[in-house]
Amino acid sequence: MIARLVSFLVAVLVVAPACAADFDFPASATPARTLVIGSTTDIGIIRPVIVAWQKANPSVAIRYRELTTNALFGEAKAACEGDAPADDVVLSSAMDLQAKLVNDGCAVTVDRPGLNALPDFARWRSQLFGLTYEPAVIVYNRRAVAAHEAPTDHFALLDLLRQPGRFEGRIGTYDIEASGLGYLFATLDDQRSSTWGRLIEAMGRNHVRLYCCTQDILDRVADGRLTLGYNVLGSYALAEARRKPDLAVAVPSDYTLVLTRAAFVPRQAANRADAEAFLEFTQGPEGRRILNEEALLFSPIDGEDQLFKALDARQQEKRAIRPIGLGPALIVGLDQMKRRLFLKQWRDSLGIGED
Amino acid sequence: MLDPGNARALARASRRRPSIALRLTLAVAFILALAASAALWSAWRYGIQAANEAYDRLLTGASLQIAERISVADGEVLVDLPSSAFELLSLARNDRVFYRVLGMAGETLTGYPDLPLPDTDGSGAAPVVYDAVYSGETVRAVMATRPIAERGMNGNVRVVVAHTVQERIGLARDIATRAAILVGAAGLAIVLIAWFAVRHALAPLRRVERALLSRDPNDLSPFEIETPRELEAVVDAINRFTRRLDRRVTAVQSFVADAAHQLRTPITAIRAQAQIAASEESPDRLRRISRRILDRSVAVSRLADQLLSHALVTHRTDSEPHALVDLRRIAMEAEEETRRFADTAAELPLLDLPEEPVTVAGDRFSLREAVKNLANNAMEHGRPPVAIRVSTEGALARIAVVDHGKGIAKEERASAGTRFRRNRAASSRGASLGLAIAHEVAISHGGELQLRDLDAGGFEVALSLPLSEDRT
Repeated sequence: MIARLVSFLVAVLVVAPACAADFDFPASATPARTLVIGSTTDIGIIRPVIVAWQKANPSVAIRYRELTTNALFGEAKAACEGDAPADDVVLSSAMDLQAKLVNDGCAVTVDRPGLNALPDFARWRSQLFGLTYEPAVIVYNRRAVAAHEAPTDHFALLDLLRQPGRFEGRIGTYDIEASGLGYLFATLDDQRSSTWGRLIEAMGRNHVRLYCCTQDILDRVADGRLTLGYNVLGSYALAEARRKPDLAVAVPSDYTLVLTRAAFVPRQAANRADAEAFLEFTQGPEGRRILNEEALLFSPIDGEDQLFKALDARQQEKRAIRPIGLGPALIVGLDQMKRRLFLKQWRDSLGIGED
Repeated sequence: MLDPGNARALARASRRRPSIALRLTLAVAFILALAASAALWSAWRYGIQAANEAYDRLLTGASLQIAERISVADGEVLVDLPSSAFELLSLARNDRVFYRVLGMAGETLTGYPDLPLPDTDGSGAAPVVYDAVYSGETVRAVMATRPIAERGMNGNVRVVVAHTVQERIGLARDIATRAAILVGAAGLAIVLIAWFAVRHALAPLRRVERALLSRDPNDLSPFEIETPRELEAVVDAINRFTRRLDRRVTAVQSFVADAAHQLRTPITAIRAQAQIAASEESPDRLRRISRRILDRSVAVSRLADQLLSHALVTHRTDSEPHALVDLRRIAMEAEEETRRFADTAAELPLLDLPEEPVTVAGDRFSLREAVKNLANNAMEHGRPPVAIRVSTEGALARIAVVDHGKGIAKEERASAGTRFRRNRAASSRGASLGLAIAHEVAISHGGELQLRDLDAGGFEVALSLPLSEDRT
């Protein structure tokens, strides 16, 4: 266990600088304040939001620090314990890690009327706010899977996977040991659906390929190296599908998990006022427009309608959308022992060994 | 412009004690405040208790759910945290959640390793609920114990689940706030009702006030106002006061009339005699006239004395407090005074006194005057020997003046003492005035004036008074 922890830390230390990148948006007016955002979101996706906010607040210089979820968590935790400088906003797709930080008392309460419109699942303690609305979707290659056999729900997917040989080595999903997001989706699938066990067994039989990151799966499905990708982040998939016609996106109709990127203002934040204003801006009319139309991240407030507007009309049927609620239930998955047991079960089901 | 008297009255008014309405309002407000504080306090206590009970169930449920998922595999204790336990805890929407699972040796298997434990070891069957401080906040915690008995392993695995108390306090505050609103509304209603009740209850006071103010200053008749029982005493006192005032005024008026009438005639006579004396030259006649003048002067002086005595007695009847008086002493003093004013030639009254004191509650001066007047009457109009006799008759004390004459004419005895008659002969005026004094004193002491012939001959006038029970 200690060895695992050490290797994890080493991985973080080695990987973090490689992945970390700072993007500076200097202020165009004086006197200048600085807003530091620690985030896991790709700068290319979030840039329009930042630019729009800075246009409204020209005297604020923004430093956008892009990190992996684990690195961001580690730094935020250190800052919370007073061992490191704190960001002004911590924005992460790892809802569980964010929930843990807030549960451990690292966040301040933000009382902004613009955030009151957020639905219950996207708010916790008035400290943690879900800013986006991103479904876990199934992607497939249109050339390999005909429209009529499209996996429109988990049972259809199961049926597809039962066809011997067709998907052998051609299905991809997250390596949940490496991807926090994949792990989160997997634990929730486990909790909420009866098909999960059969699904991973089926994927195991088809020698599923595991990837750390969404983009890897999307690239491979788009160019045909993979036929199918499971539990892919919808926001990225939709953006890719606009550019790559072979990439098709299916939102499962039996149930769809929806992730919301969670943000909080750390207790040690130096610029709380601007941090709160930024959070509020993302859910205002302008911020929502950008999230819905440009970033395709959508907003929890009206994300459901906007999401299906972005999909093709045929899929506009009634759906069981299951947003992942922000709250203490998320920290179950982070429990060391629970994680160990779950990973073991996962590996056993997929039929892969310890290594 | 205010005259000085008015200004003083105003100053007095501004120094007045607080009104009854104000007192009542203050008292009601005080009681209400007390009751409201008690109600709020108990509402808050109840709120906390209710919130604790509700949320403790969540904690207990969660801890039991976790305890249920403890298993042993390959000699290792495994805890597969159920997400349902945390969903349960999430029902306390805004609270932070902490947990800790301890193995048989007390080592932390998973969770927050520094989460405080209860003071007890929790070996009992029921989960232990306790308060602690963790992560800078007050937390409520529950520890459930799961006994494990496997091959080579025997002991307890403990599950601690805690959460912050924000939702509890919120619920308690919610309950207390509702109670406070209710109490406040009830209090307001009570104050309003109390105000009307006080106004209604004090309405008779206003009626009395109006009756007093609208009274003609010369009207001293008793008030006939409808009053509640509590005010009867006040109105009675006012009525007694006006009655006394009425009596006093009447007495003064009749005294002035009596005195004027009584004194005018003899003084006119004296003046006439003096005029005759002025033109008289014969020494014999002069001596006779001056002798007559002296006699008349003595009579007038005695009359004046009696009139004043009567006025004083009447005055004291209403005003002097009664003290314990020994009638023997009264008899002796009366005898002494009689001696002082009597003609030297006259025979002095005898004293007939018992051995024991005869005590009544009374005014010493009035009693003495009464006895003195009776003695004077007896000496003047009766036949000697005159005696002053003190005796007891059952519960009554008697002080009597006895002479050996025929006494007052039978037909006049009934009215004797009630008032002297103005049209009677001058010589008997003094006698009836003396009787009037004695009568008045007897009545004011709760007794009566008794006139009777004695079997052995003679006449007795007695003050029959109630004996004082308190003989000290």
